[in-house]
Amino acid sequence: MPIKSTKKYSVTPRDIQKNFNGKQLTYVSWDHHLLFSAPFILCLSPETQFSELVDEGILPTLQADPDLDKINWHEVTWLKANKPWVPDFSKSLADNGLVHKDQIRFHTPNLNTLCGTK
Amino acid sequence: MSTVFIALQANEETRPIIEAIQIDNPKAIVNIEPAMVKIDAENFLIIKRETIEEQIGREYDLEELQINLISLSGNVNEDEDTLTLSWNN
Amino acid sequence: MDMKVKQKKLNKKEKYTVQTRDLGWEPTYQSKDKIFPYVEYEGIKIHDWDKWEDPFRLSMDSYWKYQAEKERKYYAILDSFAQTNGHLNLTSARYLSAIKIFQQAITPGEYAAHKGFARAGREFPGAGTQVACQMQSIDEIRHAQTQVHGVSNYNKYYNGFHDFTQQRDRIWYTSLARSFFDDATSAGPFEFMIAIGFSFEYVLTNLLFVPFMSGAAYNGDIASVTFGFSAQSDEARHMTLGLECIKFMLEQDPDNLPIVQGWIDKWFWRGIRLLSLVGSMMDYMLPKKVMSWKEAWQIYGVENGGALFNDLARYGIRPPKGWEDADKAMDHVSHQLMLGLHQWNFGTSFHTDVPTEEEMDWLSAKYPDTFDKYYRPRWNFMKEQAEKGKPFKNMGLPKLCQVCQSPGLYTEPDDPTMLCHRETVFENEKYQFCSDHCMDIFNNEPEKYVQAYLPMNQLFQAPLYGDLNAWMDWVSLRDGVDNGDYELSEDKKNFDKWRNDVKSNSVD
Repeated sequence: MPIKSTKKYSVTPRDIQKNFNGKQLTYVSWDHHLLFSAPFILCLSPETQFSELVDEGILPTLQADPDLDKINWHEVTWLKANKPWVPDFSKSLADNGLVHKDQIRFHTPNLNTLCGTK
Repeated sequence: MSTVFIALQANEETRPIIEAIQIDNPKAIVNIEPAMVKIDAENFLIIKRETIEEQIGREYDLEELQINLISLSGNVNEDEDTLTLSWNN
Repeated sequence: MDMKVKQKKLNKKEKYTVQTRDLGWEPTYQSKDKIFPYVEYEGIKIHDWDKWEDPFRLSMDSYWKYQAEKERKYYAILDSFAQTNGHLNLTSARYLSAIKIFQQAITPGEYAAHKGFARAGREFPGAGTQVACQMQSIDEIRHAQTQVHGVSNYNKYYNGFHDFTQQRDRIWYTSLARSFFDDATSAGPFEFMIAIGFSFEYVLTNLLFVPFMSGAAYNGDIASVTFGFSAQSDEARHMTLGLECIKFMLEQDPDNLPIVQGWIDKWFWRGIRLLSLVGSMMDYMLPKKVMSWKEAWQIYGVENGGALFNDLARYGIRPPKGWEDADKAMDHVSHQLMLGLHQWNFGTSFHTDVPTEEEMDWLSAKYPDTFDKYYRPRWNFMKEQAEKGKPFKNMGLPKLCQVCQSPGLYTEPDDPTMLCHRETVFENEKYQFCSDHCMDIFNNEPEKYVQAYLPMNQLFQAPLYGDLNAWMDWVSLRDGVDNGDYELSEDKKNFDKWRNDVKSNSVD
């Protein structure tokens, strides 16, 4: 629906990638793991390897979760934009098709320590 | 049926007003809460200037209620003699 | 001899007419369109402005008289509070977290509402509406001022109160309120009236002020009880203005119905998201609790809102679209938000704590279906970690919803173990939301919300580029003083000492 205004209304979005010094935002969440309250933000260069996003972004941030060490990364399934997705760990974020402000989620079967669904 | 209510601060000024409201609305339920009195009634509540005047022994302007009012619910109608709250259902 | 003829005293209706509507005039040398340029573009059709009437029929002279009386009462109590060290009557200085959030998030909202009503009073053509908006505009600035005065007594002794105006703009949890009022005050005059006058004042204000004031009364906070009551005595008039305004719009033209319904849907949801803060306050921050957030919702949301929407059904209005989801979420929101506030409490200008066992039992009794199952295990984990000397902190900065700006910590309406993830693309740019309803609000006016100032996304841009220490300075947070756990705070240390001093004559 077009916006109602008294004259022409044109705007620039506030959070475009250009404002992030060449980096891009990726939002990450671990399904069924709510010790960490919300998806968290990683601000990384699009050239970053996906494996680096996991090793240097996800693992240190989520360290306090008692399930973290039990993850079998070969069994993990991923979602991007809420749709099933298979990342290539050896490729960059850009080559994995990740764009600025994308949300990725990972799902670890049989692990859900603190969510009351044991 | 829907509930209308009026909530007033609990103090010396409102005590006789609450008594007057009870006289004019015998079925209303008076809930005493911390620092507040909330009066619930089914669909309709009336506050009459005359009854308040009888309780406090002086002339009273219904607008004085504004000072001690906390909240209300329902369609309001006020003139010099009455203030009513009502739902149309 | 001239006999002085006694003037007939005007009755209330006549007085109201003389002192409001008769103050208006028909312009002669300018067209009405030029004088009131913003009254048509939203699509609301008004045929007869004189049909609008204040049901209290309050005229300006009475208004000043009663407001002056309220101010006298308020400042008399505030003086006595200051003169008798009223702050030491609190149940605990922990209670002040509620007041800090109130001051940082809600008080600036009062000021925003003041500006909004001043503008609405100028933009509406009807004299009755203009006068009512003028009164409300003055009320709102009075609320902002009395709140700042009331809280200033705590600022003399406790941390975290010192920079609420800056924090309103910069810190993260205040953006729930800031974005709400920014959205309303940048809307047209009719939408503003539905946003603040109807949805906020009529549907939701009881949920904010009544539990908040009772909480203050239960916890010995006379300063806030008094400003709360003084402000609330104006709210009944505001609520009535809001309800009158919506009835007026609906009665004037049938074409107004879908527009008004859309605004009700939007503003109910924006309001209920904002009030999650009050939920966490009631369930967690009050040392002496009044009622649970869910109970307050039952009384002031379900019962009251139910009656209201039954009444409005005659115009074709239905309850807001998000009502059912809001109702389902009442078992969860206060816990979800508080868990978030606690794990990010390095970034809050107030203190938090893991609830005590006694408090957890209370929560479990108030939320028998959800607390023990979903939330107690997480609190227990945090408690264990703290006891082991490894207090749990979440250094992952949260994704914020593009519309309500709260962290994406709310779960799916039917699955409390799964966060709600929603996203959309507008002009090749991705946007993230906390719920279907926030996404709908965005999709209705994407051009407006792409401009949203999201504090966490800003942290990664100039001038901070992700530097958390620089961010602390920028939001006026003194690490180890304003933030963190109450148990370890200077506030607690001081309060305990001063309370002890009251009871002893020790000379050291």
